[in-house]
Amino acid sequence: MNNRSIAPKFWDRFWRLANPKVFMGWSGRALPWAAAAAGLSLCSGLIWGYFFTPDDIRQGSTVKIIYLHVPAALMAINGYLLMFVGALVWLIRRQHVSVLAAKAAAPVGMVMTLIALATGAIWGQPMWGTYWVWDPRLTSFLILFLFYVGYIALWAAIEDEDTAADLTSVLAIVGAVFAMLSRYAVLFWNQGLHQGTTVTMADGAQQDNISNVFFQPLLLSMAGFGLLFLTLLLIGTRTEVRSRRLKVLQARERME
Amino acid sequence: MMPDLGKYALEVNSSYVLSLLALAVIIGLYAKRSRAVKRDLAAMEAVHDA
Repeated sequence: MNNRSIAPKFWDRFWRLANPKVFMGWSGRALPWAAAAAGLSLCSGLIWGYFFTPDDIRQGSTVKIIYLHVPAALMAINGYLLMFVGALVWLIRRQHVSVLAAKAAAPVGMVMTLIALATGAIWGQPMWGTYWVWDPRLTSFLILFLFYVGYIALWAAIEDEDTAADLTSVLAIVGAVFAMLSRYAVLFWNQGLHQGTTVTMADGAQQDNISNVFFQPLLLSMAGFGLLFLTLLLIGTRTEVRSRRLKVLQARERME
Repeated sequence: MMPDLGKYALEVNSSYVLSLLALAVIIGLYAKRSRAVKRDLAAMEAVHDA
């Protein structure tokens, strides 16, 4: 079998996963595993970080905030990028599950952004002497939060589901620019108080690298936040699929 | 058992409390809405099947 005959089969199977009935089947089976893995990794990452890591020589015990701040910020950005992909798939292929997944991801992403902003402010006060500064990364993160709020509000404001899906998808695509900006703001504008990316600093090549003592529980906590996001995404998307079916049945009942 | 957080205890503990509270709220809301929609859909399908 050559590559040309394998590729269409793969994409055929891939897109079939987005069929609502097929999606409900595989997501129902995956959900308990995702939830268990999320609980296990999140609890062990946070317990390890909070109870069993030493203080940092410069930051003291505030370094323990990293196990919340960095994973939440990571998921805030990746959550919006996931919405971007879902929106793009909806606009191109009109796959309902993709836009419903984007809709389900938004509140979780908003909470992740809020956690990143709040923990960043609390951490900033003892380290920088201020809760807030109009630093490029902080500002782009605040705008990202506002995009999440706007996206959720737009879904709630429009009654027709397909129109809401179209308009929110456009908003998700525009907002993805800010998601990328919040990720790379430090590189674009070489100013501000916020440091560069924590994880890529952990490669052992620079003096300012995060030590393995902090990095290993951070990795576990990041996996925990990621898996929690996935779990809530599956729960939320399944709920949206059911809700859509419920609305169809209610509309059919009204017509009878 | 509790780590000695020194002068930053308030900052560290409030970060953990706020974050875990926010996560608990979003998990609770998703679980609650999931149960409600599932129940309503089951009731509606029962009416349609009857």
